[in-house]
Amino acid sequence: MTILSSGPTTSLVPAAPVAAAAPAGETVTFTVDGIETEVPKGTLVIRAAEQLGIQIPRFCDHPLLAPAGACRQCLVEVWAPGRDGALAKMPKPQASCTLEATPGMQVKTQHTSAEADKAQHGVMELLLINHPLDCPVCDKGGECPLQNQAMSNGRASTRFVDVKRTFPKPIAISTQILLDRERCILCQRCTRFSEEIAGDVFIDLQKRGANQQIGTFDTSVLGFVGEAPLGAAAEDTSGRPFASYFSGNTVQICPVGALTSAAYRFRSRPFDLVSTPGIAEHDSQGSAIRIDHRRGVVLRRLAGEDPTVNQEWITDKDRFAFTWQTAPDRITTPLVRNADGELEPASWVEALDVAAAGLRAAQQPDDPRETATGAAVLPGGRLTLEDAYAYGKFARVALGTNDVDGRARPLSAEEETFLGHHVAGRTLDVTFADLDRAPAVLLVGLEAEEEAGIAFLRLRDSVISRKLRVLSVAPLASRGLERLSGTLLTAAPGTEAEVLDGIGTDPSLRETAELLGTEGAVVLVGERLAGVPGGFSAAVRLAQRTGARLAWVPRRVGERSAVEAGLLPSLLPGGRPVADSAARVDLAVTWGVEHLPAEPGRSTTEILAAARAGLLGGLVVGGLELADLPDPAIAREALDRVPFLVSLEVRHSEVTDRADVVLPVAPPTEKSGTFVTWEGRPRPFPQALTSHAMADHRVLDRLADALGVELGLQSLASVHAELDQLGGWDGARVGAPDVTAPEPPAVPDGSAVLATWHQLLDAGRLQSGEQFLAGTAKRPVARISAGTAAAVGVQDGGSLSVSTDAGTLTLPAVLTDMPDHVVWLPTNAAGAGVRDALHADAGAVVRLAAGPRDLEARA
Amino acid sequence: MADQRKPDPSGKGVPARKPAPARKAAPPAKGKAVAPRPSAGEVAAPAPEGYTSLIEPRGAVSEFLAPVGGFGVTLSNMFRPTVTEQYPSEKVPAKPRYHGRHQLNRYADGLEKCIGCELCAWACPADAIYVEGADNTPDNQRSPGERYGSVYQINYLRCIFCGLCIEACPTRALTMTNEYELAGPTRAGMIWEKEDLLAPLRAGMLQAPHPMVEGTTDTDYYRGEVTGSTPAQVAWVTEHRPDDPTLPGGAGLEAANVPGPTAAVMAATVAGATKQGTR
Repeated sequence: MTILSSGPTTSLVPAAPVAAAAPAGETVTFTVDGIETEVPKGTLVIRAAEQLGIQIPRFCDHPLLAPAGACRQCLVEVWAPGRDGALAKMPKPQASCTLEATPGMQVKTQHTSAEADKAQHGVMELLLINHPLDCPVCDKGGECPLQNQAMSNGRASTRFVDVKRTFPKPIAISTQILLDRERCILCQRCTRFSEEIAGDVFIDLQKRGANQQIGTFDTSVLGFVGEAPLGAAAEDTSGRPFASYFSGNTVQICPVGALTSAAYRFRSRPFDLVSTPGIAEHDSQGSAIRIDHRRGVVLRRLAGEDPTVNQEWITDKDRFAFTWQTAPDRITTPLVRNADGELEPASWVEALDVAAAGLRAAQQPDDPRETATGAAVLPGGRLTLEDAYAYGKFARVALGTNDVDGRARPLSAEEETFLGHHVAGRTLDVTFADLDRAPAVLLVGLEAEEEAGIAFLRLRDSVISRKLRVLSVAPLASRGLERLSGTLLTAAPGTEAEVLDGIGTDPSLRETAELLGTEGAVVLVGERLAGVPGGFSAAVRLAQRTGARLAWVPRRVGERSAVEAGLLPSLLPGGRPVADSAARVDLAVTWGVEHLPAEPGRSTTEILAAARAGLLGGLVVGGLELADLPDPAIAREALDRVPFLVSLEVRHSEVTDRADVVLPVAPPTEKSGTFVTWEGRPRPFPQALTSHAMADHRVLDRLADALGVELGLQSLASVHAELDQLGGWDGARVGAPDVTAPEPPAVPDGSAVLATWHQLLDAGRLQSGEQFLAGTAKRPVARISAGTAAAVGVQDGGSLSVSTDAGTLTLPAVLTDMPDHVVWLPTNAAGAGVRDALHADAGAVVRLAAGPRDLEARA
Repeated sequence: MADQRKPDPSGKGVPARKPAPARKAAPPAKGKAVAPRPSAGEVAAPAPEGYTSLIEPRGAVSEFLAPVGGFGVTLSNMFRPTVTEQYPSEKVPAKPRYHGRHQLNRYADGLEKCIGCELCAWACPADAIYVEGADNTPDNQRSPGERYGSVYQINYLRCIFCGLCIEACPTRALTMTNEYELAGPTRAGMIWEKEDLLAPLRAGMLQAPHPMVEGTTDTDYYRGEVTGSTPAQVAWVTEHRPDDPTLPGGAGLEAANVPGPTAAVMAATVAGATKQGTR
């Protein structure tokens, strides 16, 4: 792919350079099976043997987990120089997965040592004693390390004649994860993962001896009553202690079929699956995944391996939420609204002609007195780089307007300036590797576990292994922050800018200022800071003041590609400011047009306001959920009012319900493209399934063709060629944002300031159709401080009504250590969408009241 | 002496390309220490010896009768027992181990033996089998244990009847019958589905789905310790499917054992072909 091969000066989003090899430190020379090898000091014998191509059977060993020596399958014979320097044999076979290589050591594996071979056979026989003969029905059968290694390093037949130990068949650890305890060989990979990597211990070893088993913290199994083991953990939707957002990884690393996922259970066998590499479409982390499909149906997704991004882990959302792409409400043919106002299937030619005619009429109405003129584009935030680029070019070349905005969430003009100043064109400025090396990371408006799962895991890894300090400017310390051993810099919603400005000036924040002043410190700001006036300005000032590096971590997958491709009203591709004539000329030459619109366009909010006021003639909308917008009611009215609406969608939505022409586009499994991570790292992915569905850029190219404009974006290759030709921008950039934070609003009695963020698993459209996953979501609750609760008259667990003039949300209250007069709600929990119900967002003042009694009784 | 392969400078010698007549390799020239290298290729290949028949020549009488000798074969076969099979007028049963079409067997209480493990599909060298597994649920228990085959297809256009699938089957669910009349005019009609392949219900069996015999595991089923349906199973089926023909007092096995649609069409095709071919 050209976008990867071209150098950093030519391509719009250049690929990351290959990392230089780590400098060689102290090394150790020893032999494995008579082959001398030199490895860095501290290397495990099993790893050194791997590098020599010598396979030692193992179950508990995992490169990303700490050595455990739990399964004893990797026994080898070891000779090591003693104190006198003479080579002496260790009296018993050693577990090579916990043994560090020492100078002069001689290791004999099962290939050269009969003793090691016999030891391994013995261990295998022991492991298989209680292992059931489930292989034909087990999901792991065919890709099972136990099955494979029992064939390669085990006895051909069993000598065991007694009755096997059995347990009741699978127990559900969560709605998604099932545990067959009799298949378990107690390697502890799953428990070590949840302790070391995710930090949410939801299963552990229980009991002793032959009864030893993995289990949940079920008091009936553990035999004790009282003390909840998960501390401040939330509950999931079923009311049990919340398991984990990363639990699916335990299924993948389980070396037997003990942990299986409810969604994939008995769906297929590994040998009839076709695997295609992919990139997860759920967040801006760009996790590598593997898509396993059979006969055109995706059956499961697994974590791909990419040390630079997601290592070998993905979130459960990336793993399990894929059924939306084949949901029953998928649009398969173009739809055109007929005279009766019904959408009816149409041919592509007809639909494109109708769409083109409508957009042309919107641009040049027949009636000169018509106020609803001009067309705008709202592409949504889930686009690939190629599609985002096509939307931008379509708006500017075919519609001749800068009214294009990829932000489908609360936004501000200050944010736009910040993106133009600091984000656009600065790809791979701060990367995951920088998070690994940083001595301190400050999170502002970003809840890492909920909004940036992989960054959370990388941060946690650094916190444990390199003593990274994590600080967070937020109204409350979430469970995720606690697991990062993070420090909370308490800020009521809307006062984040004040706290940021206080770092370095406020004596109480001196330690924070010192931490951020150390070399390599990073400030990560989330997209939610757009809702805080002066927030981005304060973040830029903080970075200049302390020398910390600043990075923007949005939630959605398409946010960064939208910025790079110029899906902002004042920004052209690569960070070229619309206001800069040189930038416009540069782009016009590449695009082969005479000139580009010079006036900055309107933002999402302004476009919708104009449409609502009857001042917009047409609207082209991409994958956009109205409920995600700051005020969904205004958006609905706007789309009802706009004279002509074209929707490019995968599935039927609120937008397609209102559209005049619906053009179906391909979901990520049915197209190839490039997602861009929050770092600005291009993540190209191939098409997994054969499909006739077209990617957005192809549809836009044809739509432009129908409008009589040639975009030249009909194929991925042509888009890449153009991106390469266009390249980055070295001219003047947009100036830094400088917005003064206003005084926080007064909070009358009985009211509170709303704090809110998205939880990873919620009522999002891309999670629909996956009920097993939905069951593992956190139970929606409202969090308030004890003081606020007392003032309102709500007890812990009692129901709390949060209302604005638009509506009321009633949720169980959980008393949390947080500032008074602040209430926290999940943004889009199932059945409790804040924006939809309250038309409000973080920073708004809402009224609190004790909720109805019946909910309290239920809680 | 000059190299013998060189053409004669006078042009009168034997052309080099012409196949050499049968001649022995040239003996080493006298007075030479090293024999000339025999030239490679066909040119120098030794001539094949003439053909001599190993059949002994006939006597004079035989030689005389030879033109009509063939009739003797016919004549002698007139007095031997006939081996011609009057197919399809008379259908001779195949040998017991003949690899005919497949059958999905049932346990004695009527539960299916197939667990949907796809090992047959994996073993198939012709990719003729397609299986999808699914969960047994309390309301829909089709086989003992947790898993059953929800989709089972064998494509008889692909099947080569090698029998590797039945060797792979861990529960003896898939076996081969002696049925060999597999013909049809359409491709779709050659793909047998699960309802076509399932073995007919026998006396004592209850149509699946129904719960396993109480207190048993799938291992007990596999060991043959389940010998028929129990009153509890009958009660369950009575409650959930009161009209089931396999219930005691129901319509009977005749009504229950209706061949699947594909099997029925193929049976009709075969019956038609049999009728057409019968004399």
